[in-house]
Amino acid sequence: MVAATLQRHTDQARGASLHAEAVSHAFDIRGAPLPVLDQVSVTVAPGGFVALLGPSGCGKSTLLRLVAGLEPPDQGVITVGGQLVEGPDPSRLLVFQDPTLYPWRTVRGNVALGLEAQGVGRADRAARIDRALGLVGLSAFADAYPHQLSGGMAQRAALARALVNEPRLLLLDEPLGKLDALTRLAMQAEILRLWQEKRFTAVLVTHDVEEALILAERVIVLSDRPAAIRAELPVEAPYPRHRDDPDLVRLRRTILEILGQVT
Amino acid sequence: MRQGGRVGLGLVLPLALAIGWEIAIDPGLVSGRLLPPPSRIGATLLDLAASGDLLMHVQATLIRVGLGFLWGAAVGILAGGLVATLPTLRWLLDPSLQALRAVPSLAWVPLFILWFGILETPKVLLIAVGVFFPVYVGVSGAIASVDRKLIEVGRIFRLSRFGLARRILLPAVLPATLVGLRTGLGLGFLFVVAAELMGASEGLGYLLVDGQQFGKPDQIVAAIFDFAAAGKLADLVLMTLTRPLTRWQDTERESL
Ligand SMILES: Nc1ncnc2c1ncn2[C@@H]1O[C@H](COP(=O)(O)OP(=O)(O)OP(=O)(O)O)[C@@H](O)[C@H]1O
Ligand SMILES: [Mg+2]
Repeated sequence: MVAATLQRHTDQARGASLHAEAVSHAFDIRGAPLPVLDQVSVTVAPGGFVALLGPSGCGKSTLLRLVAGLEPPDQGVITVGGQLVEGPDPSRLLVFQDPTLYPWRTVRGNVALGLEAQGVGRADRAARIDRALGLVGLSAFADAYPHQLSGGMAQRAALARALVNEPRLLLLDEPLGKLDALTRLAMQAEILRLWQEKRFTAVLVTHDVEEALILAERVIVLSDRPAAIRAELPVEAPYPRHRDDPDLVRLRRTILEILGQVT
Repeated sequence: MRQGGRVGLGLVLPLALAIGWEIAIDPGLVSGRLLPPPSRIGATLLDLAASGDLLMHVQATLIRVGLGFLWGAAVGILAGGLVATLPTLRWLLDPSLQALRAVPSLAWVPLFILWFGILETPKVLLIAVGVFFPVYVGVSGAIASVDRKLIEVGRIFRLSRFGLARRILLPAVLPATLVGLRTGLGLGFLFVVAAELMGASEGLGYLLVDGQQFGKPDQIVAAIFDFAAAGKLADLVLMTLTRPLTRWQDTERESL
């Protein structure tokens, strides 16, 4: 197990390293600056899995948007795979908090978008889309429109839309936030399996401490806005993990205490 | 209810009224002078059709509405698109356009007659003005309210500007644009009456004026009937042509 984990980390073929150095960011709300990120530094090794926890509105989504290159940070430097992030790129994909599927495209059409933009040929495209839909268990709904999907299926479609592009860095913004407890457990196992199989680097934002502990190799706890790093805790338990693993239970208590101090 | 049943139900009221009127007039219960019975109106319609006049009048009206609609819709889509995507242009143009929109369009009639005479130009222009505003408002509003995240997903996938416009903006604004076009088409028929009332030698509006001046209520009702049929038909054509474009929508459109 340990050997396998080491092996995964030395294989740099897929996952890209992430390096955010002293990133600060503020929004402008009617002329008054609203500081959102305060000197946040995050490093994730290639193929690593990091979870971000923090109170609502502290700036987690903002951090992911900056890493995705949707906005430039006010201060600080973000590199992915050693390259400065200067704009959006399909190699580092953000799955939004809500699925944001295109209502006029079928599930297949939604998943196809990134491949179309990259000019992938039709036959190749179809094969990759089928594989991605299979991964998230949506093969039977390839031709359904988003309004015909359940909330959890829509989230899975959004996940497939990202995975089909084989990103080197996958940014997940509360992808399971709106799911019921059971679907959520199934999807967590799914994400874990995909990560182990595809070896992308993953950053997961979540409100759910348990979810962070089940999935991530390291949990970063952010403070209230403006977000600064409160704590960084390695999670060493081997996969697959169990909720009642004493180590995880202990970590959970620690994290809740940190969060409790904050809010 | 099944499609056929629904259509049938919608026909019950007009048919009952028509038959009732016919029955009331026949034994002289009421005078049919000012509101002729359906049989006379039908006869008038047939006469008009047989002489070829009906076709000519319907054609004249439809051509005016068609031209006005094309101009108004084209300029409306163009202006709406530009104003929604170029802020400077929006600040420059939108206030004036909104002010013009507040003018009841019939108020333009005297001015248009002064400027362009009473031939085709002012008629088509008046219709185009009527069509322009709903289309303009629909398109500019739709573009302005496209979900920012839908665009951002496109940006993450590095769609080109053209790709963003074609694959995301266009389909996103299509439903509102079609609603604007549909409203515009309805207004086009409203305005063609006004345009033809201001002086025309052919067209359904001319039939109205002529019927009034020569005391032919059957001709007036026949013209009204034709207006209704032409308007409904044009709407149906527009809906049928555009239905495939918005098949994805989760709305009640089918029942409208
Ligand atoms: N485009 C924007 N313009 C102005 N302020 C913004 C913008 N986006 C986010 N903010 C503000 O930045 C702060 C952080 O927002 P962000 O979405 O990053 O929070 P979050 O940690 O993801 O919260 P949640 O857990 O509720 O999703 C919030 O106070 C929000 O109001
Ligand atoms: Mg968020």
